[in-house]
Amino acid sequence: MDSDDDFNSSQLSDDEIMDDSDVALDDDSDFEMDQDDMGFDSQDKDIKPAKHAYEVDFKVFSPQQIQSHQDKQIEEVSNILGQPPEATAILLRHLRWNKERLIDQYMDKTEETLESAGLGESSESNPPKLEKIAGFVCDICCEDGPELDTFAMRCGHRFCLDCYRQYLFTKIKDEGEAARIRCPGEGCTRIVDSKSLDLLVSESLKDRYHELLTRTYVDDKENLRWCPAPNCVFAVECGVKDKELMKVVPTVHCDCGHYFCFGCSLNDHQPAPCSLVKKWLKKCEDDSETANWISANTKECSKCNSTIEKNGGCNHMTCRKCRHEFCWMCMGVWSEHGTSWYNCNRYEEKSGSEARDAQAKSRQSLERYLHYYNRYANHEQSAKLDKDIYLKTEKKMTQLQNTSGMSWIEVQFLDSASQALQQCRQTLKWTYAFAYYLARNNLTEIFEDNQKDLEMAVENLSEMFEKPIDQLQGLKVDMLDRTAYCTKRRIILLEDTAQNLRDGMFSFELRKS
Amino acid sequence: MALPKRIIKETERLMNEPVPGISAVPHEDNLRYFDVTIDGPSQSPYEGGLFKLELFLPDDYPMTPPKIRFLTKIYHPNIDRLGRICLDVLKSNWSPALQIRTILLSIQALLGAPNPDDPLANDVAQKWKEDQNAAIETARQWTQEHAKP
Ligand SMILES: [Zn+2]
Ligand SMILES: [Zn+2]
Ligand SMILES: [Zn+2]
Ligand SMILES: [Zn+2]
Ligand SMILES: [Zn+2]
Ligand SMILES: [Zn+2]
Repeated sequence: MDSDDDFNSSQLSDDEIMDDSDVALDDDSDFEMDQDDMGFDSQDKDIKPAKHAYEVDFKVFSPQQIQSHQDKQIEEVSNILGQPPEATAILLRHLRWNKERLIDQYMDKTEETLESAGLGESSESNPPKLEKIAGFVCDICCEDGPELDTFAMRCGHRFCLDCYRQYLFTKIKDEGEAARIRCPGEGCTRIVDSKSLDLLVSESLKDRYHELLTRTYVDDKENLRWCPAPNCVFAVECGVKDKELMKVVPTVHCDCGHYFCFGCSLNDHQPAPCSLVKKWLKKCEDDSETANWISANTKECSKCNSTIEKNGGCNHMTCRKCRHEFCWMCMGVWSEHGTSWYNCNRYEEKSGSEARDAQAKSRQSLERYLHYYNRYANHEQSAKLDKDIYLKTEKKMTQLQNTSGMSWIEVQFLDSASQALQQCRQTLKWTYAFAYYLARNNLTEIFEDNQKDLEMAVENLSEMFEKPIDQLQGLKVDMLDRTAYCTKRRIILLEDTAQNLRDGMFSFELRKS
Repeated sequence: MALPKRIIKETERLMNEPVPGISAVPHEDNLRYFDVTIDGPSQSPYEGGLFKLELFLPDDYPMTPPKIRFLTKIYHPNIDRLGRICLDVLKSNWSPALQIRTILLSIQALLGAPNPDDPLANDVAQKWKEDQNAAIETARQWTQEHAKP
């Protein structure tokens, strides 16, 4: 699964995908989507394409934007409540940035609200300050002396400045706390407000403190999430709620290029819903021992038994020795694939007496799992191999470019093809986890047909990369066609599945271990 | 490293004004390491037992709480097989103004009032909820077996 990051980072934007698929749409008869839904409105090219069922609305924000949102919201609420911005910020953070709840609660019970946020009384009249107090002994370090700087908030828990500083340092630096640091006093729930913090913490710590405060703004908001890509500083806003996650798979696209699921922060896993993905990954981890043999990279030709190594992503294998053509996934004869007989993606449940025997049953359930796991793992593996081959190809193309004077733009079709392939394999991979938990009903076959069509399209494109380099330029049109077709099949599958998921037409056997 | 004034003061007070039913004695070669005993509270299944614990004050004490665990085997929903204790003041509710003596008093109170809703030892907590009488009986037996003074 670690390959995901590679092939999620530089994919086509949605607009590019739409444009690409536009090309091949007209000459396709079995394209059944509602034209409006797909957003190809020929009347007015300026109208923003209507959204696909598998897409969700989202927005990407930079750290500066997050900061200014936060500031704006503080200012707005500050005006409503008549509280200074510092206090308002504490109140907002205290109620996890739920503006409406804060205003209601404040209007209803002002003192209680202030008290619970650690702000009791008016925080304006008496700004925080350091004091020297005769006869003071610090309860934390046991130091005393009239020269000792001390500090206390309005709760009266007084400690020496050094201890207060060290306490805040531990909280901010070691524990990553910011918005809800409590008074160090025993059992005291008062929150250290930002004015007191300004007085107490060093400059270097302030940066970290404000960074953490900004993080809580995103962490606390149900509709905001950090992009999980390493070193990415953007946050994404999306309105999909946790309770909707069985009906929608909210894939979002960060400005850094990363596609991820807003529901669970994992890499894009459409069409499978989050809970199912979680279950599946857990299962794969638990069963990895049993399933290990599958990911092996070599198999024997079913005809002549010579060892065959899979080095491209394509599943259409041809034995070097006897020229036997077969399917890598099921080891079946290839001629039976790619036609209406094609059923490599479908697991035929063996019924009858065999299943009655408990042992046979458990073997059957393992077999069933392995069927789906095999295909899931294969697409993951193939995506890597496809990428390898593409990178090699790209290198040669660059050489070709240099010697033949072909322009950069002329070799871009290879790049598009490679990216489409990665994206489609990612989707295919998750269709197998999806299918594993899917309870059979009249929609299952449509789903499997879509899966099969996408799979064929993918293998057809994948095998192009195994052609000799000098032929590639001549295959450009063919390659463009196959790329567009792949992308289109993916959209159809996702669209169909998302629609049915949203309408509650699927049922899943989630109790299946 | 010189021992901070705070630890010296605390140790002195523990020696001079001991808490009834609790003792804490620092090791001579490591003044941050204490041998602790707590008497089982009366009217609890731990009554009559003497429980040994170890207590260690980490370098950043009192900014971080002391590390404490039971050495005597004990059947309690908030104490696991390794003697680790689930107690809020040892975790999120730790305050640097708290002291060794207050923490030990909290542990003694925990023996008198087990809280199976915030368990550390899940199997024990389960028993405690399903059949409290049987669980208390087991705790009593364990006290007899393992916590003899
Ligand atoms: Zn102090
Ligand atoms: Zn306080
Ligand atoms: Zn990002
Ligand atoms: Zn998800
Ligand atoms: Zn062969
Ligand atoms: Zn096959």
